[in-house]
Amino acid sequence: MSATSLAAAPNGAAARVRGRALARFADAAHRRLLALTALSVFALVALIVIEITRGALPAIQAFGWRFLAVTDWDPVAEHFGALPYLYGTAVSSALALLFALPLGVGASVYLAELAPRRVGETLSFVIELLASIPSIVYGVWGMFVLAPFLRVAIEPWLIARLGFLPLFRGYPFGIGMLNAGIVLAIMILPTIVSISRAVLLAMPRALREAALALGATRAEAIGVTLDAARPGILGAVILALGRALGETMAVTMVIGNTNRVSASLLAPGATMASVIANEFTEATSRLHLAALIEIALVLFAFTVVVNAAARLLVLWSTGGRRDIAGAA
Amino acid sequence: MTSPAPPDEGAARPSGTGARGTPPGPPRVRRPAPLRIRGPSAARRINNRAVIALCHVAAALVVLPLLLIVWHLIEKGLGGLSLAFFTHLPKPVGEPGGGVANAIVGTLVLAGLAALIAVPVGVGAGLYLAEYGDGRLGALVRYTADVLSGVPSIVVGVAAYGLVVVPMGRFSALAGGVALGLLMLPTIVRSTEEVVRLVPRSYREAALGLGAPRWRMIHSVVLPAASGGVVTACLLGLARAAGETAPLLFTALGSRFWTLALDRPIASLPVYIYDYARAPYDDWNRQAWAAALVLLLLVTILSALVRLATRRMVRV
Amino acid sequence: MTRTIRRAAAAAAWLALAAMPAAAQSLTGAGATFPYPIYSKWFDAYKQKTGVEINYQSIGSGAGIQQIKAGTVDFGASDAALSNDRLKEMPRKVVHFPTVAGAVVLAYNLPGAPAGLKLTPEAVIGIYMGRITTWNDKAIGAVNPGVTLPAVPILPVHRSDGSGTTNIFTTYLSLVSTEWKELVGANTSVSWPSGVGGKGNEGVAGMVRQTPGAIGYVELAYAKQNQLPVAWIRNKSGAFVEPTLASTTAAVAASAQSLAKDVRNPIANASGADAYPISGLTFLLVYQNSKDAARGKALAEFISWAIHDGQEMAAGLDYARLPDAVIKVNEATLHTLTAGNAKLMP
Repeated sequence: MSATSLAAAPNGAAARVRGRALARFADAAHRRLLALTALSVFALVALIVIEITRGALPAIQAFGWRFLAVTDWDPVAEHFGALPYLYGTAVSSALALLFALPLGVGASVYLAELAPRRVGETLSFVIELLASIPSIVYGVWGMFVLAPFLRVAIEPWLIARLGFLPLFRGYPFGIGMLNAGIVLAIMILPTIVSISRAVLLAMPRALREAALALGATRAEAIGVTLDAARPGILGAVILALGRALGETMAVTMVIGNTNRVSASLLAPGATMASVIANEFTEATSRLHLAALIEIALVLFAFTVVVNAAARLLVLWSTGGRRDIAGAA
Repeated sequence: MTSPAPPDEGAARPSGTGARGTPPGPPRVRRPAPLRIRGPSAARRINNRAVIALCHVAAALVVLPLLLIVWHLIEKGLGGLSLAFFTHLPKPVGEPGGGVANAIVGTLVLAGLAALIAVPVGVGAGLYLAEYGDGRLGALVRYTADVLSGVPSIVVGVAAYGLVVVPMGRFSALAGGVALGLLMLPTIVRSTEEVVRLVPRSYREAALGLGAPRWRMIHSVVLPAASGGVVTACLLGLARAAGETAPLLFTALGSRFWTLALDRPIASLPVYIYDYARAPYDDWNRQAWAAALVLLLLVTILSALVRLATRRMVRV
Repeated sequence: MTRTIRRAAAAAAWLALAAMPAAAQSLTGAGATFPYPIYSKWFDAYKQKTGVEINYQSIGSGAGIQQIKAGTVDFGASDAALSNDRLKEMPRKVVHFPTVAGAVVLAYNLPGAPAGLKLTPEAVIGIYMGRITTWNDKAIGAVNPGVTLPAVPILPVHRSDGSGTTNIFTTYLSLVSTEWKELVGANTSVSWPSGVGGKGNEGVAGMVRQTPGAIGYVELAYAKQNQLPVAWIRNKSGAFVEPTLASTTAAVAASAQSLAKDVRNPIANASGADAYPISGLTFLLVYQNSKDAARGKALAEFISWAIHDGQEMAAGLDYARLPDAVIKVNEATLHTLTAGNAKLMP
C-alpha cells in the first residue's frame, strides 16, 4: 500500500495516480472509522442519560425545581429534596482535590524527574495497582483506622485551636466530612499520579535542557516542564475529580450520612452518590426510586457544570491560546 | 595639552594623568575582568532545595496511606489464604474450606469483556481526538468522556441494567462486562488523547515525508510512540474496573457455582468481598479480607504481564 | 497483527463454548441481605441433596422486589412484606412465604454498666427522638434500680442505608407510639430526628463498639459477634424480655393467628409473656402462577424442603425457626401454587 511498491509497477504514472487515490480512500475510511469510535462514546453516554432521565421522570414531575432547594428527605412521607446532598458532594470533592492535587502533582514530579529510574518505575507500578483496591476496603480502613485517629489526635486539636472558625466546630466523632475528604483524596491519588507522571515523561527533553542551559535551577527547569504539561495534568485532575464526585461505597462508610447541611467539616454529611448507593437497593416505592434516580441526574448535571468550569479555567490560564490549551 | 580620555568605563581616571607631574602615558586598555560564574542567587538556590524536598515529601505522603491500607489488608487477609482458597467454591458459614475459585475466574472473564469493549473504542476515540479532534465533534466527545468519568458506578450499573439486562430478561456476565467497560472508557479515551498529542511533531512529519499515508503514520509511528502511556491508561482503567462492586450487583449479579456462560450470572471477587464483609461471622469476614488480597494480587499479575508483553514496543 | 487475530479467534471460541446451556435445573433469586447466610447454607445443602442449583445474590430487599417484578429472577426475597399498593404494581399475583425470623436488638456501649439494661418502649422512643440525652435520665433509671448510670451523653446510631432491619425497628416504634408513626413512620429508610448513621449492620455495630455512650439497633447475630451488651425490652405483656432465638420464635408463635389471616401482618410488639417485641419475618416472594412448569415445581419443592428440613439449620446461624403454626400457613400457601392450570403441589 505504500508508495515504494508502486515504483516497481509497470505503467508507473497511472499506477501512481491509482495508488494515490487508493491511499486517499484509505485515509478517509480510516478517519471515518476513528470518528465512529468517537461517536460511539458519545452515543453510549447519551444512552445512559436517556435511561437515567426515563427513570427519574416520576420525581421530576412530582417535585419540579423545588427538588434542588429543599433539604427534606423523607421516604415515608415521600418528600424529597436534594440540597444537602449537593452541598455534601461539593464540599467533599473540594476537600479531596485540596489534599490530592498538591500531593499528587508533587509525587508525580518526584517519580518522573527526581527519582532514580528503577525506584520511579517500581513506585509508580505500585501506586497504579492501588487503584484496584475495592472501595469497600478504603471504607473499612477509613472507619476503623482513620476515624479513631481523627477522633483522638486530629479533631480535638482542630476544635481547640481553630474552633473559632465555623469550619471546625462540633463534636469529634471521627467520622464526617473531613474523614470523607481524606479517604476520597487517597482514592484519587493513583489517578493523578499515574497520568501526570505519564504526561511528564512524554514531555520533550529539549524543554528541560533548554531551561537548564539558560541557567535555571533544577526546580525551575521542572517548573518549565510542568507549565507545558499543564493541560495533560489538568486532564488527570478532571478524571480524578470525576471519580471523587461519583465515589459511593467508601464515602458512605465514613461520612456519617445525615441529610443536614452544616458548615463544619467535623459534622456528618452525605453526598449525592452516597445516598443513591445507600438507598437504591432497598427503595420500594416508585417515587423513592425515581427521586434517587433524579439525584443521579442532578449529579450528572453537576459534573457537566464542573467540567465546563475546569475547561474555562484552563483556557484562561493559558491565555486563550488553543495550541497550549490543546486538549482543553 | 591632554589627549581626550577614551570613554572607557573601566578607567579609574582619565588616561594621561599619571601621578602629578608625570608625563601622560599610552592610553590604558582595560583588561577584561576574569570569568566568574555567579550562578543562581541564594534565594533561587533555597527555592530549588525546598521544591525538591517538597516533592520527596509529597511522594512519601502519597505512598504512606496507600501502604498503610495494603498493610491492613495483608494483616487481615494473609491468614485466610491457602491453596483451598484459590481452588474451591464458596461454602456456607461454618463449613471450612470455602474458596474464591469461581470468583477469580469470573473477575477475569468480566475484565476481559470490559477490555474487549473499552480498549478498541477508547483508543480509537482517543486517537480521533488527538489527530482530528480540533473541531466541534472533537470538543463534544472530549466533554462527554469527562462527564462520563463522573457518573457514579452504581448509576452506570443501573443504566447497564436498563440497556442489557432488561432486554435480555436476565442477569448476565455480558451486562457486567458492558458496565465495567463503560467505567473504563473515560480513562482510556482522555489519557490516550493526552499521550498521543505529546508525540513530537517531527515523528509525524518524518513519516509523512517518507510517503506514508496518514493512517499508516498514525498506526505505525504515532501509536507505537505513545504506547507506553496508552498501556498505562488501559491498565489504570482495568484496575479500577476490576475492583468495582456496585455496577456488578445489577448486571452480573453473582454466583456461588461454577459458571462460564456469558448469558448467565457470574461470580466476581468484588461482589464476594461485598457479601462476606457485611456478614456477622468472623470466618466470612476473614475470607473477605483474603479475597481483597487475592484481587490485589490478580491485578498485579495482570498488569505485570501486560507491561512485559508491551515492553518491546517503542517508547518515547 | 497476527497476535490480534489469534486473540480474536480465541474470544470467538470462548463465546461459542460459553453459550452452551447449563446442565441441571438452575434457579435464580435475589433480594434481602438479612437471610443471606442461611439461604446460602440451604442452597448448598439442597444442591447436594437434589442437584438443583439455586443461585441467590443479596442485592437488597427493594432490588429483589424490582427483579421479581421485572421477571429477571425466579423468586425475590424481602425483609418487608409487600403492601397492597405494591402488590397491585406486580404483573401477576405474588405470594409471601416467611422463611425465618430475626430479632433486632439494641446494642449499647456504656462503660461501667452491666449487660442486660432494661429499657421501656417509651425510653427507646425518647432516645431516638433526641429527647433523652443522657444515660442517667429518669426514664432509664426508673426501670433499672440498683444500677448506677453515668451522666454520659447518649448517641443514637441508626442505619444510613435502607434496610429490612430499619423496617422492623421502625414498624415496632410506630406500633408503640402514634407520635412516632405520624412524625417519622415505618420504612426501610426514614428521616431520623436525631443521631448518626452507620452503613450496614456492621457499620452500626462498629460505631457502637467504638463510641462510649452510643446505642444502636442491629440484628442479633451482629451484637453477638461484636460482643456488645444488648438491652432487654419490655414487651406488650409487661415483661422485660432478653432477645434470644427462643424469644423471637415465641413472638412468631404469639402472632400465629394474625399470620394465618395475612402472613404479612407484623409480628412486632406481639403479646405473649416471653415474646421479644422487636422481631420480624423475612419472606420469599413468588408468583402464584408460574410460567414455566419445571422451574415452578423445582421452586415449590425447594420451599417445601426449606420450611421443614431447612429449619433445623437456622439456630446454628442465629436465626429463629418458624413455629409449627406458621409452617402450616406456608403449607397452605404452597398448595395454591399453579403452573398453567395444574397445581404444583397437590
